[in-house]
Amino acid sequence: MNNYETVFILTPVLSDAQMKEAVEKFKNLLTEQGAEIVNEEDWGLRKLAYTIDKKTTGFYTFLEFNAEPTVIDKLEVNFRRDERVIRFLTVKQDKFALEYAEKRRNNRGGKKQEAHTAEKAKPRRAEKTEVVESEVKSNEKED
Amino acid sequence: MAKQSEIRYLTPLSVDVKKKKYCRFKKNGIKYIDFKDPEFLKKFLNEQGKILPRRITGTSLKFQRRIAQAVKRARHIALLPYVTDLMK
Repeated sequence: MNNYETVFILTPVLSDAQMKEAVEKFKNLLTEQGAEIVNEEDWGLRKLAYTIDKKTTGFYTFLEFNAEPTVIDKLEVNFRRDERVIRFLTVKQDKFALEYAEKRRNNRGGKKQEAHTAEKAKPRRAEKTEVVESEVKSNEKED
Repeated sequence: MAKQSEIRYLTPLSVDVKKKKYCRFKKNGIKYIDFKDPEFLKKFLNEQGKILPRRITGTSLKFQRRIAQAVKRARHIALLPYVTDLMK
């Protein structure tokens, strides 16, 4: 058993119910194959950084699960066959990623209101990097 | 003769003391770079969305590789652009 995380993008033409149905389909597929879903996040309709198939937005879904490596093949075949999926990425979590993922889960605390936790988490991170950022900028000027 | 040696400047000569660059991951104890956080990854990109070299950011080689990996993953799932102008 390995730990994996996958992000996939569904077409924006779907209705909310259709989108949920598609996500459900992949979750069922995973559980049928003996995978254990650890975490699920719905990022909602997001803007894409560049157009994919002439689409500028998409429904992002993020899944974390434990599974045998053979399951990934089946999952990805299904991603490719499904026309609703415009992009997907599956990554195996190494020990650092696992640690990070756990923290992320706790941070979110299973709460649906992302905004609240995001507010909490963000300033802390910004603080740390702010100093470095300004330095990076000044370095750029030097060059 | 004594007068000549005294060269005066209107503004004091600023001897550039270069700030030593450091790897922010080592310093802050960050072990994992998340590809799902584009806002953080943008710190390592220039205006065109290219990955900044180590000599500018000061990142250690180990983490530069991980940044590169994370940025490429983020690009694949359209969280970051492959090419752009005026990203920030």
